[in-house]
Formats: sequence, structure tokens, C-alpha cells
Amino acid sequence: MAVAATPVRRRNPIVVEDERAGWVFLAPAMSIFLVFIFGSILFAFYLSFHNYALLQKGGIWPVFTDPGKTWVGFDNYRAIFKSGDFWQAFRNTTWYALGVVPAQTITGLVLAVLANRAIRGRTFFRTAFYFPSISSSVVISIIFLWMYSARGFVNYALKAFGFPTPRPVWLANPKGVVDVLLGQVGIHNVPTWLEGPSVAMLSIMMLNVWTTTGTIMVIFLAGLQGLPGDVYEAAAMDGANRFRQFKDITVPLLKPIIGFVITIGLIGTFQVFDQIYVMSEGGPQKTTTTIAYMVYVEGFRQGRGLGYASAIAIILLVVIMTLYLIQRRFTTERDTDRKVPGGIRAWLTLHLTRGGQGQTAR
Amino acid sequence: MAVATESIKAKPQVTTSREVSTPVDRILNWIAYIVLTLVALAMFIPFMFSVSTSLKTNREATLPLSFGRMFWPANPTTEAYHKVFNSDIERWFLNSVIVAAVWVIARAITASMAGYAFARMQFKGKDFLFLLVLATMMIPGMVTIVPKFLILRQLGIINTYGALTIPFMADAFGIFLMRQFFESIPIELEEAARVDGASRYRMFAQIILPNSMPALTALAIFSFQGAWNAFLEPLIFINNSKLYTLPLGLAYFRQANYTEWPTMMAIAVITTVPMAIFYLVFQRWFVEGQVSSGIKG
Repeated sequence: MAVAATPVRRRNPIVVEDERAGWVFLAPAMSIFLVFIFGSILFAFYLSFHNYALLQKGGIWPVFTDPGKTWVGFDNYRAIFKSGDFWQAFRNTTWYALGVVPAQTITGLVLAVLANRAIRGRTFFRTAFYFPSISSSVVISIIFLWMYSARGFVNYALKAFGFPTPRPVWLANPKGVVDVLLGQVGIHNVPTWLEGPSVAMLSIMMLNVWTTTGTIMVIFLAGLQGLPGDVYEAAAMDGANRFRQFKDITVPLLKPIIGFVITIGLIGTFQVFDQIYVMSEGGPQKTTTTIAYMVYVEGFRQGRGLGYASAIAIILLVVIMTLYLIQRRFTTERDTDRKVPGGIRAWLTLHLTRGGQGQTAR
Repeated sequence: MAVATESIKAKPQVTTSREVSTPVDRILNWIAYIVLTLVALAMFIPFMFSVSTSLKTNREATLPLSFGRMFWPANPTTEAYHKVFNSDIERWFLNSVIVAAVWVIARAITASMAGYAFARMQFKGKDFLFLLVLATMMIPGMVTIVPKFLILRQLGIINTYGALTIPFMADAFGIFLMRQFFESIPIELEEAARVDGASRYRMFAQIILPNSMPALTALAIFSFQGAWNAFLEPLIFINNSKLYTLPLGLAYFRQANYTEWPTMMAIAVITTVPMAIFYLVFQRWFVEGQVSSGIKG
């Protein structure tokens, strides 16, 4: 223990030692990864060039042993890009992300700044806000389904305060939100791509914000607590008021975390599935069909099979990767990623990209 | 890891370091209280509704007499719970428990072993492999679901407990978590053991693992949560009501009984309560510790 002063771990013989033990220790995890993750990703690519019906017998071998029958080249991709359904799903998903990501990021940040003040009960608030994030997405969807129903809480509350309620009822309402709002000010016939998410989709978006805001807040809180207090003292002495301190110190210093929260938000929202499945099954008039939901329908329902579904999934993967790269461009510092502690990054990824909320677990 | 913990445990809050005495501060504190309380209520109300609705009769759940009656039933009844317990829910509950237990145990083994290799051993391709493992966290579940389905069918374990557990026995996050933790354990412990002639395997089992309880606890919590809430995969892989987990059972019940709100809410409550208890007991790990990659101490 006296040697404790030499922490040069990398060169330590204990580290350098053995090639074989390394692989022995990796074997259990890597065998699962090889088949169900690495293998599955490659297989998804391969499959996307095939025609493969769900009920076709025999698992994966027919794809390899009889490629002549099923190989279709780029046909799946061509069909997808020509399909109105896909572009509608793409639009729906984009609106979903454009609504949810800014909303949850801003609310999360504001709540974190408030909860970071020297007030009592901070732990209580954090516990309460975080609870939805760890609850089952199906449970939450069922509860909100009831709240959004014709005689549910939302309508009753709106009536109680004298607000109008949408008709048809929330989750059955296919009208575009932007379209409705523009209609109020006398603008009609807006193009399809500008109609906005349907009222039904908006309802699910609100649920998503409700669920994830707490997670985002916890992340920002961690970031805020790492900020140097003396900078604020100096700013206060220079006469900067609270708002300016927030705008000119807090936000710039949190930029890497903001960038990261946005990325993860995009990754999560672009995969939304559970809530759609339980609450709207893609309807009304396909206005809540997201790309992920379309993969499910085409692959496992009365759709065009697993090959076609895989092609959509690959497109989804490409979209998500592209968003990630674009975001990295915008968060200027090259070392952004290093500034976000690895733990936060992995943890966030876990919570926001998985079934959690917008997302599914593992 | 060091970076993470530092940033979290860093000095008191920004605001605390200033005196909270100016009028502006006091007003801001009031605003904070009011906003935070309202949001906490908003977070709480939906869960309260699931409890109150589960205690209503079918009629009262669909046609509340008044706004006030919406919050609490006129005559609370446990009818819905009786109904639930006459169905398959005990089975579903048991399935959820079994599946969660397997996830927790399997991931503890695979993640700690792999994490140890990544933290302390040197072999060709290690860094690349580690990056590859981390990168898989970004892959949408929808990309791998079709191949997983086909592979499981090929192996003949679709519609079995195997389908609910085997593909999830290792995960990137767990490996990452354990590696971060092992890197923080002083190397001297292993050096001492080595002087005593301990093999790599004994070192791992007798020195590293007993010192890793905080990280293993965190890992167990996340695995439990993941298993308990998993939905997409069970939905695709399971087609037999005897094998449903709770979320799957709830989703199917909803499709079959569109408006039986009290029963649905009763299932929702039964699904949520174990997670809630778990959360309250371990919330330190969930919220605070976890942000710093789940490592306490």
C-alpha cells in the first residue's frame, strides 16, 4: 500500500498481463453481443435486400440457402421511398421530435435552475419529478388514455375552467395542429407538410414531455452543480442581474450538456413506439404512425414482410446517425463529448433511447 | 469516472454560496417553490388517478358524476382487484419476477466479467471492441428486433422464457458501468494479491467482486427496471398469454376490454407498486449516484 503514490495504471504488469484471460472474461458478454447485437445489425442490413414473409417457415436459413428466391436488391428501399405511408410516418415522427425535444429540454433546464436554488425539499422534488421516468411506458400510456378519453380528466378540467375541448376527442382527432391554429386567424388550405402533428399526436407528445422532463432535469441539475460559483459572484459584482447571469453564464457553460440532451432526445423521439402502440395504434388516419411503428406493422402485422420492415428500420438508423452528426457540428467544441461525464452520457442513453419513455428498455 | 463524481459532488450549490437575503432572492425562492410544487403535482396526479379509478365501479369510471368525484370514488370498491386476481395476473406477475431475476443475475455476471477485462487487461483490439460495444447503445431497438425474432425462431425458443431472457443477458450500459467502477478501484489491492500468488480468476472473485457492491447494486437496479418495463421485445417474441409479463398483459387486456378502466387501472397499479417501492428504497442510486455513473463511494 506504500506504493500508492505511483498510479501509472496502464503500464502496470497487472494490466499488461494476459491476452487469454481477457478473452475468457469477455466470452459470456460477447457471445450474447455477437449473436443478438452485432450479428443482428448485420443481418438486418442483409435482410433489407430480401423479400421475407413473416410466416415463411424455418427461421434464418432460407435467407442464406435460397437467396435466389428472396433477393430483391434495392426494391424494398425503392418501394419505401415511393410510398406515401412512409413519408407520412416520416413527417409524423419529425413533428413529434420537433415538438417534444425543445419542450422537454427547456422545461427540464428551467426546472433544474429552480430546483438548484437553496430551498428546502430539493430531494423531494427530484424524487417526484424522476418517478415517471422509471415507470412502465405501458402503464403511463393507459393512464393517459383514460385522462384523454371523452369523459376523462383533461376534458373535465378544460370545461371546469371554461376552455373549449377538441372534437373529435383528443386521441381520435386527426386534424393538424398548425392547420387548426392558422385556421383561427383565417389562413386556410395550408400544404400537407405544414399541417403539423395531429391533435392525437400532440396528445402523445405531451405525455412524452411529461415523462422525460424529470430525467432531463436531473441531468441539468448535475451539470449546474458543477458550475463554478465564483463566476457568478464576479458577475453579480459587475451588476449583472439574474436573467443575464442565466443567459450569459449558465447557458453557455451548460452548452455541451444541452447539446447532449438534444441528441439523446432526438434519438429517443425518433424511435417512439410503446405509446403509439397502446394509445392510438397509428391512427386516426395514420396521423400517429411513426417510423418505428411502421416497422412493426409492416413486419409483424398485415404488412409487406420482414425484409421490407428491415429496410425501414435501416432508414431509421441512418436518420438517427445523421441527426447525431448534425448535432455534433452545431455543438461547436470538438471536445464536447469529453465535457459530458461518461456516466451521464451512458446513463442518459440508457434512459432516453430505450423503451423508457419515447423508448424501450434494455 | 473521476470527472463525473467530482462534478456532482463539487461544492454546494451555486446559490447556496451566496447569501439568500436580498428581496430578489426571496421572491425567486417563492417562484421556485410555487413552480416546483405545481410540477410535482402534475407528476403525481396521473398516478393518483390510476389508484382512484381502480377503486371505482365501471360506471363511475366512465361517467364521473362531477369534476370532484373524478379524484376519488363515492363508494370505493375493490371489485376491480377481485376481477384481476381471478384472471391470469398472478402468472404475469410471476413471469415478470422470474424474467427480472434472470436479467439481474445474468447481467451481473456478464457485465462484471467483461467490465473487468476492459478495465484491467491488455489484448489486441480491446479499445476498438469497447468502442463498438458503446456504439451499440445508439442503435434503435427496431433495427435488431426483426433479426432477433428470426434468430430466436431458428433456435426454437420463440414463445418461451428463453426469448424473454437470453437476448438480454448482456448489455452495453452494464459493461460500461462496471468498467468505470473497476478503473476506480486502487490497483494496489490486486498487486498485493499477486504477491500472494493469486491467479487472475481468484483476484476477480475474491478481491474485485467483494469490493464492487455499489456498482453491482446500481447495475441490478437498472437491469430490474429494464426487465420490469420491457415491452417491445416481449410483444414480438411472446404469443402465449401464459408467458406475458405485466406490461404485455396490460396491453393485451386493454385491446380485449376496451373500456374496463377500473380493471386496467388495477393492473397498472399492481405493475407500478413494486417498481415504486424499489425506487423509494434505492432512489439514492437511481437519481443521485446514477448520474455519476452509478458509483457511490
